[in-house]
Amino acid sequence: MRHFHNKIGKNTEYFFKKPPYLCTMDYFKMLMEDVRMREGLKACMNCGVCTAICPAAEFYDYDPRQIVETVQSRDNSRIEALLCSETIWYCGQCMSCRPRCPRGNTPGYIIQSLRYLSQKLGLFVQSEKGRQQLALKRTIGENIMHYGYCLVPQEISPDLHPEQGTVWRWIHSHDRDIYPLFTPSYRKAGAGALRKLDEGSLAEIHRIFELSGGKEFFDLIEEYSERKAREMGYEGATHEYMLDTFTKNSSEQ
Amino acid sequence: MRRGNWEEYQKSIADDNYYYARSCIRQNFFPGSEKAFLDIVANRLGRNIYDDPLHSSCTGIGYHSDIVPLDTIMAVVARQFALMNEAGYENLVSSCITSFGIYTEILSTWEEFPETEQRAAETLYKATGRTLVKPKNVAHTSDVIFHLRKQIAEQMTRPLINVRTGEPLRVVEHIGCHYAKIFPKKGIGGSEFPYVLAGMIESWGGEVVDYPERRHCCGFGFRNYLVQANRGYSVANSQKKLESMAPYRPDFIVCNCPGCAMFLDKWQYTIAEMEGTTYGQGGVGIPVLTYEEMAGLVLGYDPWQLGMQMHQVDVEPLLDKMGVEYDPATKYLGVNGKYIGKPEQAVVNGDCPSGFYSMLSL
Ligand code: SF4
Ligand code: SF4
Repeated sequence: MRHFHNKIGKNTEYFFKKPPYLCTMDYFKMLMEDVRMREGLKACMNCGVCTAICPAAEFYDYDPRQIVETVQSRDNSRIEALLCSETIWYCGQCMSCRPRCPRGNTPGYIIQSLRYLSQKLGLFVQSEKGRQQLALKRTIGENIMHYGYCLVPQEISPDLHPEQGTVWRWIHSHDRDIYPLFTPSYRKAGAGALRKLDEGSLAEIHRIFELSGGKEFFDLIEEYSERKAREMGYEGATHEYMLDTFTKNSSEQ
Repeated sequence: MRRGNWEEYQKSIADDNYYYARSCIRQNFFPGSEKAFLDIVANRLGRNIYDDPLHSSCTGIGYHSDIVPLDTIMAVVARQFALMNEAGYENLVSSCITSFGIYTEILSTWEEFPETEQRAAETLYKATGRTLVKPKNVAHTSDVIFHLRKQIAEQMTRPLINVRTGEPLRVVEHIGCHYAKIFPKKGIGGSEFPYVLAGMIESWGGEVVDYPERRHCCGFGFRNYLVQANRGYSVANSQKKLESMAPYRPDFIVCNCPGCAMFLDKWQYTIAEMEGTTYGQGGVGIPVLTYEEMAGLVLGYDPWQLGMQMHQVDVEPLLDKMGVEYDPATKYLGVNGKYIGKPEQAVVNGDCPSGFYSMLSL
């Protein structure tokens, strides 16, 4: 664990940032409008069991117990610092904390609400890990819109995924000879794995995204990223900016 | 918690008439497993299962990467349920642990916060004209195989026995976090005493190997793998599990979740390329199977028809132990027997021709 940990480095920025930045809003109230927060936050007794079981806490300088405690404090300046921090982006959403908390809290749900609000308010671009949301929107998000699936073989480039190994390089370059061994409809209409989703279904997915706020959320991520990218000296939220959010760790530079 | 408590964590699993909900990850990395599952359930065990050409991703990977809002995923899930009802089914079977977690979580949230269900139903209707009807039963595909494990045992041609020694094969199982950590009562054995895969292994002659980090996450961590800059998290967590299980000398790993199977396979490759470390016996990696592949081998399927050539860690050491007959010459052939070359060598398979490791960083 330690070996790989060195590559990431420690991050204590959240504890040293000095709120308030905006602090004009009742963040706690906004968070409580999210059902995940209502489900995830009961009364935390600060026992640290969640931190003990948390894979992110082993890897990063990260402590879900402190996140729950901060939110529970209802101190909006502390919550604001959290919304701007690297910290909320470390959680791996494994939910290992959920069955173990003796008080029925779910730190993983609290994190989901914090991340949602951080993006809604545009605070995510203040942290390096938060800025990665653009890369996630442009990969997973756009796959959903184009294909109706979160991932498809042609979009898993071996160059961006060296860890997928020699076998993936072979599969990726011979996909049309390999996948049809297992599915009658590779990139074609019909039932079966890796089929091309029909136009009607894809249009329904698009309308769902439009009417439920999913499309607006994607646009928000783009807009806030655009503004931040310019502030950082890029020509906007270009492909280069996106790739930098995808590949760079400042602690490695 | 007492060991016997897992018996409280039983669930009802429908016996027939399944609506199949596909997995994004499984269809990319283990399409042969999907094919085998549908074939075993329909043709070997005579159940009715429907693969609907209209259904889509549940968008769960986007949701847990925090780019898909809750209201959006709820409406997408409502669409899957509506399609199921329109096709005349009420038993949803999901082939993905992330999706299974999403379906169970959303159904429970709808119970607790009925206004969210109403919103999802309204969005669905406005967007598609479809009507939300909830499933009677939600199971994971492994629950179905677990439910049918004794029937599979009756048709078994290759038990999980080492043919050289006559001893049971030693199997490490990994159920995946979202199978039972979100709703322990929705997973067989709960999150503490996972039994869904263990039950299959025991029924088919193998021995389940317990080890300290059995319940630890495989390391996917959604954004922690999906964004290249964060992948150290993912490999470090897989490494923690691999180091914990290696001293118990498992013959193979079997996974519930297609993502976990992929990570435990691919990160073994990466660790071997970066450091030269391998975790199996004889200087190679530990083969990582899906439970569909395990069931398929037990039922006598050809390993290349199961898609096991798509694994990075070679499965041949396991096939040899099980006495599986296979043709090495056909392993890497494409459709119509076309020769399409083969993957380059890898340290994890005992091949290090140049004497140094190829990957210096992720
Ligand atoms: S969230 Fe639960 S486990 Fe974590 S510190 Fe609070 S009471 Fe303990
Ligand atoms: S969900 Fe997040 S906070 Fe909870 S254990 Fe997993 S990584 Fe830690």
